[in-house]
Amino acid sequence: MADPVPLPAPVLRLDAVTKSFAIGTPVEVEVLHGLDLTLERGEFVALIGPSGSGKSTLLNLIGLLDRPTSGRLALLGAETTTLDDRDLTRLRGRSIGFVFQYHHLISAFSAEENVAMPMLVDRGFPDDEMRARARELLDRFRLAPWAGQAVTRLSGGQQQRVAIARALAMDPALVLADEPTGNLDTKSSDLAFDLMREINRERGTTFLIVTHDPRLARRCDRIVEVIDGRITSDRPNAAREGESA
Amino acid sequence: MRRWLPFEWIAAIRFLVEGRMQSLFIVAGVTIGVGVIVFMSAILTGMTTNMMRRILNSQAHIELVPADEVARPLRGGDPVITLTTVQRPTQRVKSIDQWQSLREVLARNPEVTHVAPIVSGSALAARGSASRSVTVVACEPETYFEIVDLPGNLLEGHARLASDGVVIGTDLARELGVTLGDKLRLTSATGAGVTQTIIGIFDLGNRGVNMRNVYVALRTGQALLGLIGGATALEVTLTDVYAAQEVAEFIQTATGIEADSWIKTNAQFFTVMKTQFTSNTAIRVLVALSVAFGIASVLVVSVVQRSKEIGILRAMGARRGQILRIFLIQGGVLGLVGSLFGSAMGMASLVAFHALLRNADGSEFFPLVLDWTLPAWSAALATATGILAAMTPALRAARLDPVVAIRG
Ligand SMILES: Nc1ncnc2c1ncn2[C@@H]1O[C@H](COP(=O)(O)OP(=O)(O)OP(=O)(O)O)[C@@H](O)[C@H]1O
Ligand SMILES: [Mg+2]
Repeated sequence: MADPVPLPAPVLRLDAVTKSFAIGTPVEVEVLHGLDLTLERGEFVALIGPSGSGKSTLLNLIGLLDRPTSGRLALLGAETTTLDDRDLTRLRGRSIGFVFQYHHLISAFSAEENVAMPMLVDRGFPDDEMRARARELLDRFRLAPWAGQAVTRLSGGQQQRVAIARALAMDPALVLADEPTGNLDTKSSDLAFDLMREINRERGTTFLIVTHDPRLARRCDRIVEVIDGRITSDRPNAAREGESA
Repeated sequence: MRRWLPFEWIAAIRFLVEGRMQSLFIVAGVTIGVGVIVFMSAILTGMTTNMMRRILNSQAHIELVPADEVARPLRGGDPVITLTTVQRPTQRVKSIDQWQSLREVLARNPEVTHVAPIVSGSALAARGSASRSVTVVACEPETYFEIVDLPGNLLEGHARLASDGVVIGTDLARELGVTLGDKLRLTSATGAGVTQTIIGIFDLGNRGVNMRNVYVALRTGQALLGLIGGATALEVTLTDVYAAQEVAEFIQTATGIEADSWIKTNAQFFTVMKTQFTSNTAIRVLVALSVAFGIASVLVVSVVQRSKEIGILRAMGARRGQILRIFLIQGGVLGLVGSLFGSAMGMASLVAFHALLRNADGSEFFPLVLDWTLPAWSAALATATGILAAMTPALRAARLDPVVAIRG
């Protein structure tokens, strides 16, 4: 999906997307109110906003884990709201990587196997190439010595790096990270952030990162702020403008 | 990760290995259940086949005998003597009418394998001053021995019955104090008598038969019992021993001649066998159910424990079908592994009990029948049960909403 040739369509395009939840049968509550958002290839975007403003809800929609109540959502130029569950799953697996606040690694597998997992899920059978790719990512993330270890034996920072490596395994066009460093100390947090930034520069991977940490938000190229289910501000990050792209 | 194993198998096996306590306990449960079934079934089949062999050793599958004689009172005439008790006449030895043609008709039936005419009746066997009442069975060796394998059950001598030979049972020989080559005088109720040479001594595995039956050539018996050219019974064997009752009923309605199947004459044995098989089936069903519930409950817990992992797998592109299969495979593997251990356990305890449990006389308590289809069947059934039991938890796992699962 992540072609070296620039794609004509934006990585993501939201058009008047709303999301309502049913809370007791006739009662519905609208959490997102008509959002428009476009993410271009290679962007490194922070998504900020107070607790309960709808950041995670938005991320779930973008990640095709949930469907908008209304509006349109196009991924790499393809409209997704009309796709069935099976196609959504495939598209998600091949074009989107997830990083969560808690690493959510699969404890029955080693670090290397966890990184290879999205490829295994996609291809059905293990092969040498996915193994090599997992190794390469772990090397890159300075985790090579732990490749064969059970993930439960790794530190929090190491686990989160494995999770980031896993999110990058399929070389996705878009990585969605929901408070990826929320659970880490400053040093681990900086390391994880730097790695994402590096991949972004190198591969042109688009990142959308939810963070409560203003320090990290300031290091992104663009900051989108959501308050009460509306995008209240969407601006390039002046502080970094000269540095990015 | 082995390259020939698909993703679902790899995940299923890893999950089972990781949840080792749960897996271990449920495998132990399945092992015990299947072990009990294999053990019990083997003993039951062993005992019944043994019993049946013993019965059919000295008996045909169907026996045709002439109908009972009924007294018919003369009617009409004097109205004063209408109220009378009609006495059943004493039954005398008599022949089946037209038995030769009946035999040909029977032999043409595809279900019938052998037909043998016999003449049998009671007689007194005497040797010097010792005498015993016996049942004389007079037969054509070439047909009758296809039904009752007398030559194969001889302790001594031979069974080539000619006009002056007799084959007797080992118990009768002991009672009368006779051995091979001795003369035996047979006297029938009509007063006719013959003196025969003992040419063979048999053991048909049944004390009653060993004590009572003496076998002579057909002509000898016909002469002794006053039935020249006759046959008191036609002995029949079938391709399917269990069909004997139906075939017997059919013959009886078709020919009007009384036909008794071995199933009817051994009704008691069959009742016992049937209850045994019914209770065995009930136990199998109950064990299968408890295996199913055990596997299901273990997997339900596992789905709850792994809901975050399931959610993350879905997020990284795993389809519902893949998640479903991961849990179905786990159910099947638990059933299969448990049943393999169970079969091994059942077989091992069978061998051990066979060696340890003995009757008072040192003979085996039950015959050892190691039937390899039984473990194969129980493995197949346990695997199917496991997969079926995994259905509910697997569907639950497949339907998990990844958003909810990940937020947990
Ligand atoms: N499944 C749901 N059913 C009902 N309401 C929901 C559901 N999911 C989220 N909400 C509501 O939607 C709103 C936005 O929630 P969301 O988790 O997106 O916020 P957030 O910005 O991620 O907050 P935080 O920074 O605390 O993670 C909240 O009011 C929440 O209660
Ligand atoms: Mg959130």
